[in-house]
Amino acid sequence: MSTKLTGSQAVLQSLIEEGTEYIFGYPGGAIMPVYDAMMDYEDQIKHILTRHEQGAIHAAQGYARVTGKVGVCMATSGPGATNLITGIADAMIDSTPLVCITGQVGSPLLGTDAFQETDVVGISMPVTKWNVLVTKPEEIPFAIAQAFFIAKTGRPGPVLVDITKDAQFGSLDFNYKKCTNIRSYEPKPVFEPEKIEQAAQLINAAKKPYVLLGQGVILGNAEAEFKAFIEKAGLPTAWTILGVSALDSDHPLNMGMLGMHGNYSTNVMNNQCDVLIAVGMRFDDRVTGDLKRFAKQAKVIHMEIDPAEIDKNVKTDVAILGDVKDTLPVLTRLLEKRDHAEWIAEFKKLDAIENEKVIQKDFYPDKEGLTMGEVVRRINERTGGKAIIVTDVGQHQMFASRYAKHKQTRNFVTSGGLGTMGFGLPAAHGAAMGCPDKDVILFVGDGGFQMTIQELGTINQTEANVKVVLLNNKYLGMVRQWQQLFFDRRYSQTYLMNPDFIMIAKGFGIEGKKVMHRPELDAAIDEMLSHKGAYVLEVSIEKEDNVFPMVPTGASVSEVILEPPQK
Amino acid sequence: MKQTFTITAFSENHIGLLNRITIIFTRRRVNIETLTVSPSAIKGVHKFTIVVNETREMVEKVVKQIDKVVEVIKAFYHTDDEIIFQEIALYKVSTDKLMENNKVETIVRKNAGRIVEVTPKYTVIEKMGTADETQELFDELNQLGAILQFTRSGRIAVTRLSEELLHNFLKKREIWDLDN
Ligand SMILES: Cc1ncc(C[n+]2csc(CCOP(=O)(O)OP(=O)(O)O)c2C)c(N)n1
Ligand SMILES: [Mg+2]
Repeated sequence: MSTKLTGSQAVLQSLIEEGTEYIFGYPGGAIMPVYDAMMDYEDQIKHILTRHEQGAIHAAQGYARVTGKVGVCMATSGPGATNLITGIADAMIDSTPLVCITGQVGSPLLGTDAFQETDVVGISMPVTKWNVLVTKPEEIPFAIAQAFFIAKTGRPGPVLVDITKDAQFGSLDFNYKKCTNIRSYEPKPVFEPEKIEQAAQLINAAKKPYVLLGQGVILGNAEAEFKAFIEKAGLPTAWTILGVSALDSDHPLNMGMLGMHGNYSTNVMNNQCDVLIAVGMRFDDRVTGDLKRFAKQAKVIHMEIDPAEIDKNVKTDVAILGDVKDTLPVLTRLLEKRDHAEWIAEFKKLDAIENEKVIQKDFYPDKEGLTMGEVVRRINERTGGKAIIVTDVGQHQMFASRYAKHKQTRNFVTSGGLGTMGFGLPAAHGAAMGCPDKDVILFVGDGGFQMTIQELGTINQTEANVKVVLLNNKYLGMVRQWQQLFFDRRYSQTYLMNPDFIMIAKGFGIEGKKVMHRPELDAAIDEMLSHKGAYVLEVSIEKEDNVFPMVPTGASVSEVILEPPQK
Repeated sequence: MKQTFTITAFSENHIGLLNRITIIFTRRRVNIETLTVSPSAIKGVHKFTIVVNETREMVEKVVKQIDKVVEVIKAFYHTDDEIIFQEIALYKVSTDKLMENNKVETIVRKNAGRIVEVTPKYTVIEKMGTADETQELFDELNQLGAILQFTRSGRIAVTRLSEELLHNFLKKREIWDLDN
């Protein structure tokens, strides 16, 4: 059965067929027919009018990350579409499933430098998993069906469908078929059982096995399979910044975070373990430090869905291709029960050092100024690890990822691979739309907040429950830290003369409060959390607070430092 | 160590695909020596033949990235000893020069060139071979000052294997109707 629809109606009907709840977007000339049709579909699909296209795409990302569904955003041609690019690049490197729909000038005008014509397919090509220009109405349903299929299968990623205005105006016989297969595309490589046997042998014989947990486990919905795997063989585990929350923070095998600002033990042990098992992670340089001195002593097992990640950065001894949801249980069956108590005790020795030198000082500072660490600690106490934590990019991001406690998966959203300042507020908005029953807490810096602060307007309009914790150190703190440590304290262009943030929040119709001193902090956090709806809590932070541990650029993971190097 | 590799990729015939493939090279600063795109033996399937001078490690990475492109069916890479390859070159020389004495003709014969068209003004010679071979004929004709125009194609290649890599792959994938 088919119905006669306009191209615009077909766009919306296709999105509805795919189960889209929200479109995050912004209208303009070349996408106006779709926006016009929206009025007739209001009861089936909701559009959220952001204040900038970047706000739309980061919201779609936040939504996708917490729900596991495909995020959808929409923009007009030219500037509307180019404003999406940062978010597309961010979603690409962090493997977030997105469908971006952009309007394009009418097909007769393509290539004529028409008003608001930009080669969006060309511009977005390096940062999309797939993209397509649609010029005929009858191509719309198939293009959208393919887009969803590609975005969410295999290693997920952003796709873009650029639709000319005449295709939106035209009409077609609408008959929606979900895409379940593209003959040239093999989303899940078939796994080789003998590789799993080899891996099992290595793990069973290992004295010091070490597991690196990445977002692949979350994307594959394989948290339970992962837990069974490490529990059976007693495997100490550390996570990447995108693997946060896949494993409960207080799980006895959870050793902490990897990476430049990860934990002490977790960095050092890369170079002490005898078998390194990477599960759904891609050995980013922020995780490995100097590759020439990374895990050279270890046999490396890499479980990964994307064949292009194998041997890209770290040479593997055994590569297990496939979805970890499928491969982990097979591997677990072949493992022998172990507890590796002695080996885990080695981690704990280093943890004790980090605890004394770094964590206690962050949590219970002896200086007068408030620290980011103590704010995160206090929020943990109040939320019990159940809130969704979203971050922007900078020092606060590292404090939040290191210290926020998690009891549920998909509870942490951050811009990892791209490190996009301005990601936080819109992503938190999208997360709150996706999980209206959860508390969503955003940690954001005074720098990044001002990059997408306009989204407070959207949040006020949707009444999304976003709790903004603005950690204001009056600096582009992370850059300032590098200047302090590696550029002789020459604080070039990192001091910010900031506005009255609470007045701004109130201007957008959002309640807020500023905290300057420690005795006020706990009550202010309580007040924020018990407030109904969005809230901005600004906390004045010690200016020269630094994030440690740190693996300086170019250093090996075993050269992780716990305090500023002595000069 | 860098050496010559021939990358072959089989794909759908999709607008923009060439761009998607070449940006994989440009991003990694890998120079494409030659590139040929043409329909393959299977209806609707296009074949890219790309020659690069690179390390095996880099070529492996590039090929995996090409393979990852949604519309690419499968990509392979080969060293020169694993394939039979040819390029074609066309040489336009002045007919006067050809008639002057037998020098041009001797060179053409020695190099196994073939005359494809003769007009009063110019003569077109064709030669198939490796880039070195077509270059040799060019150099010799050029020394006589005989060349008016010269052009050379990219490489095309077939493997020395007895089984067909793509065919095997498609059979494994099952969803292909190979008879269409
Ligand atoms: C869009 C963008 N521009 C620049 C940077 C570089 N950068 C990384 S962290 C940072 C400072 C962030 O400052 P702030 O938001 O105040 O957070 P803080 O580090 O102080 O917690 C900068 C400029 C970036 N990551 N993203
Ligand atoms: Mg700051």
